[in-house]
Amino acid sequence: MDGKNIKYRIGKSYVAQIVTTIFAFACVIPLLFILGFIIKAGITKINWHFLVSIPKPVGESGGGIVNALVGSILIIFCASLIAIPIGILAGIYLSENGKTRLAYWCRLCVDILQGVPSIVIGIIAYFWLVKPLGGFSALSGSVALAIMMLPIVIRSTEETLKLLPSSLQEAAFALGMPFHRVMFKVVVPVGISGILSGVMLAIARITGETAPLLFTAFGNPYLSFNITKPMQSLPHLIYDYATSPYDDWKNLAWGASVILLLWVLLLNIFTKLITRKWKVQL
Amino acid sequence: MESTIIKSRNFNASFGSNHVVKNVNIDIPRNHVIAVMGPSGCGKTTYLRCINRMHELIPGATSEGEMTINNENIYDMHPIFVRQKIGMVFQRPNPFPNLSIYDNVIAGYKLNGIKLPKAERDRIVEHSLTRVALWKEVKDSLNKKGSFLSGGQQQRLCIARAVAMEPEVLLFDEPTSALDPISTSTVEELFHELKANYTLIIVTHNMQQAARVSDKTAFFYLGELVEYDETKIMFTNPKDNRTQNYITGRFS
Repeated sequence: MDGKNIKYRIGKSYVAQIVTTIFAFACVIPLLFILGFIIKAGITKINWHFLVSIPKPVGESGGGIVNALVGSILIIFCASLIAIPIGILAGIYLSENGKTRLAYWCRLCVDILQGVPSIVIGIIAYFWLVKPLGGFSALSGSVALAIMMLPIVIRSTEETLKLLPSSLQEAAFALGMPFHRVMFKVVVPVGISGILSGVMLAIARITGETAPLLFTAFGNPYLSFNITKPMQSLPHLIYDYATSPYDDWKNLAWGASVILLLWVLLLNIFTKLITRKWKVQL
Repeated sequence: MESTIIKSRNFNASFGSNHVVKNVNIDIPRNHVIAVMGPSGCGKTTYLRCINRMHELIPGATSEGEMTINNENIYDMHPIFVRQKIGMVFQRPNPFPNLSIYDNVIAGYKLNGIKLPKAERDRIVEHSLTRVALWKEVKDSLNKKGSFLSGGQQQRLCIARAVAMEPEVLLFDEPTSALDPISTSTVEELFHELKANYTLIIVTHNMQQAARVSDKTAFFYLGELVEYDETKIMFTNPKDNRTQNYITGRFS
């Protein structure tokens, strides 16, 4: 090979490296842009009053989002109560019985479930829960969100547990431990960082979901703690108030957007910290 | 007490259609060290795992025939009781990585939900670690994670974990194949100590090890028990040609 050819190839290699670097950098920009834009527009609206009062009627200035904040926390809490145990148990089944027919179908259904549009899940929850129960409720919203959480929790549990060495389980079984103790005293504690990070990502994922809540939690301009009645939530409030013609309401929506964004951001950072801190060195 | 502790009659084990242990008859005497040797794939590990019913955990694994401990059929007992009576140590040291050294030793009680007073737990931990000659090395770091120990120490910790349950029989599946020579000799010395209280069955690739540590040796070949006798006789005057060929290194 002559020198010119080598130079040409080294040059190509440089170009390839520069191109990949540029695109990696480009991926950072949208988030920074969104963060900057939302925070600039919304941060000035946020103060203590904003966090602890309910929205004011049209015409009055001020008001806050406490109803949506409380609503989001309650709805997500209930959704987690439903989805986390079911998801972890199903994930354990999949990692333990990976080759059965049930595992095949379960995995397939979970993957498809992940792709089902959230609005469809909202409509289904409306027909299955809201109509038979005779009214909108935060709980039916939680069920819809729980269905959206399930695939993430199941697959992250399965993937985490599958990576653990089988010698770990053998050690436990050889001490005469029954299956449930092997799972909940040994396997799950060792894999807890992976499982938890899946759970946190699932929560971050549903925090911003609006569509499933439109037909279920319905929204509520007042502060409510009753999960069997309609309830406001952050994304729902943003949806309602950002499309309103009133400046006061639009400001509320901007402020709520900042809160929502910070929530998701903190969840993600928290997930990273947990994964690092609770990781069990094998 | 009767001298035979483990007895198998016409014992067979398979993975699906793959018949790996064929018609094994063996009497294992109490408080002896038994070495089980043979080339790779001869069924020695599978046989060992049948003794404490670990074999059946693998999907598609089956077994038939008689296997008794103290004349009670192991396959009529609940596997949980069997495994508490018959401890096991694996090829690679596998302490629980999320537990401290102390908790690893007591794991058989703690993780099984057996409540013991603190003094009793302390006694078991010290006693078990002393048994495996690890107490002096770790007594000041009992709260550290077990995975910080060296490989040889981890393996002794795993032996301590099995010993803590006060089993009658200890099964070792190539316990030193992942260890360096110094750790290996420490573990081998342990076998002599442990023999006083337990019956040891050791699967090994290593003929020298079988000759060094065992009272009796069983030779498996292609799933059959070819010969089973006093170790001295096995290595000086084997009756079967295949044993002769194996120990003289004509195949492995």
